[in-house]
Amino acid sequence: MAIFKKPALKTESRKKREMPPGLWQKCDGCGEVVHEIELVENDRVCPRCDYHFTQTAKERIAKLCDPDSFVELDAGLTSIDTLKFQGMASYKDRLRKYQDKTGLIDAVLSGHALIEGYKVAIAVMDFSFLAATMGSVVGERITRVIEYGTAHGAAVVIVAASGGARMYEGMLSLMQMAKTSGALALHAEKRLPFISVLTNPTTAGVMASFSSLGDVIIAEPRAMVGFAGPRVIKETTHQDLPERFQTAEFLEEHGLIDLIVHRKQLRMQLAQLLAYFSSTR
Amino acid sequence: MDSPPLDFEKPILELQRRLQELKSHSDKHEIDFDSEVESMELKIRETRRQIYENLTAWQRVQIARHVRRPFALDYIARCFTDWVELHGDRVFGDDKAMPCGLAKLGPYRCVVISQQKGRDTKENVKRNFGCAYPEGYRKALRVMRLGEKFNLPVMALIDTPGAYPGIGSEERHIAEAIAVNLREMMVLRVPIIATVIGEGGSGGALGIGIADRVLILENAYYSVISPEACSAILWKDRKHAPEAAEALKLTADDLMRLGVVDEVVSEPEGGAHRDHDLAAANLGAALRRNLKRALETPIDELLRERYAKFRKLGNFAEPKVKNGA
Ligand SMILES: [Zn+2]
Repeated sequence: MAIFKKPALKTESRKKREMPPGLWQKCDGCGEVVHEIELVENDRVCPRCDYHFTQTAKERIAKLCDPDSFVELDAGLTSIDTLKFQGMASYKDRLRKYQDKTGLIDAVLSGHALIEGYKVAIAVMDFSFLAATMGSVVGERITRVIEYGTAHGAAVVIVAASGGARMYEGMLSLMQMAKTSGALALHAEKRLPFISVLTNPTTAGVMASFSSLGDVIIAEPRAMVGFAGPRVIKETTHQDLPERFQTAEFLEEHGLIDLIVHRKQLRMQLAQLLAYFSSTR
Repeated sequence: MDSPPLDFEKPILELQRRLQELKSHSDKHEIDFDSEVESMELKIRETRRQIYENLTAWQRVQIARHVRRPFALDYIARCFTDWVELHGDRVFGDDKAMPCGLAKLGPYRCVVISQQKGRDTKENVKRNFGCAYPEGYRKALRVMRLGEKFNLPVMALIDTPGAYPGIGSEERHIAEAIAVNLREMMVLRVPIIATVIGEGGSGGALGIGIADRVLILENAYYSVISPEACSAILWKDRKHAPEAAEALKLTADDLMRLGVVDEVVSEPEGGAHRDHDLAAANLGAALRRNLKRALETPIDELLRERYAKFRKLGNFAEPKVKNGA
């Protein structure tokens, strides 16, 4: 879990300016300070360097889906502390903290919606909730939304972001990889399309399951995408990591993803792909 | 070759040392210590039984990692016959951490996919400490497809600390290699029996772990993260690995309770490393029994059950009110 910290593209360190919290944010791309209003107006993309800031699942759904078309499914699913996990803080405490902080019940929103009139079963992960780690709730909601697509003949779109498996749920969290991938096998048997969108960062157990199984795989520019954490790789191999290692651009260069798409073009790109794969509108 | 003793086995070693003393004393002075020797031997057995009946999760992890523990090829040599290893993924290379091939289990022809660790430095260099690269997972899938084509069931032997975290792994897309196996194994049209024989290290283990029946050896473990890494994240220090091992619920019994595994295969007293032949006999019998039953089930039913088995894993609360689905 959370092997990956959000990668900061290192620029020269400048003195931290005093900023009223929430109003100004430092861009990880160019190091400039960007005002919240500017970010909201620009889909949370830096107006100066095009760096893609983290978007909440809610924001993404609002931008990707046709107005008022999103119908949430399985909204009430809540995580349970099956293993009674105690570390320096209990799993229960952590869940409550992130629920209060984000207003979400867990790290994914899922449902059905229209994108330019095409019906999709859609799930969007939210990195601000426990690094969007995949526990039972995330796995179950993603599995159900894929099964919804299979049952209703709909395309599946999953916008991923994740630090990996949710350690606090032990092996039950690892098994979500099997569940989601299995559900995609049955969806594929119906010859229905699955478009996977990778955002910053998509890693570990989520990358090693449904996120890598798209008929088309799209990444946002400069998103960090990979399996193992860069620190772990460095410590294991004692090698210097290549430039731009585990970025969307690195994956594209190595032939591992189909497209890098700017956030502002994502909705139209999805619509165009859906048009190719849909027999009916 | 003597194995380094595990910490918790030291009381047994101490008793064994005293027994040795007693015996040599008896020889030297030609005094009859038979009853003392006998009671000492009894005490050793009793102590070992006591220790092995009350193993902590962390102690089991140490047994699962024991360098003398039987590895995949040791089981293949003992449980199977007519082994023909098939090399390479036909694309990039031959991953020696993932031996795959054809073999017979009793009367049954099978394909075997497995993960192999090494006992010494030289072997470990060759086997990459049991950590497969993408080409290992792709070789396994190639051989599974071969099995599907010729109606040969798949036997998977899992023993890995994890998939290899390296630059080449990422460049050749280890995540995709594992993900594709998860999807394809779920719909592979031959029976699959997977056994965790030692270490079940996270996604690297699951990558050959989708099966109709998932077995685990008594002292093997299967975990979402290594106890050490979990400790480093949760306690900011690797020293809490024993507590992490306990918390992760990674032992065979815990996994039975969670429904993650279907059967625990017993090991010789004192662990599989004490008696490879007996360990292999136990595993072989369990594999034959499970395979026989799977072969008796029509494949479509087997596939439905395979899906349902993984589908139901997970624990969450859900309000009774039906949503708009
Ligand atoms: Zn910027």
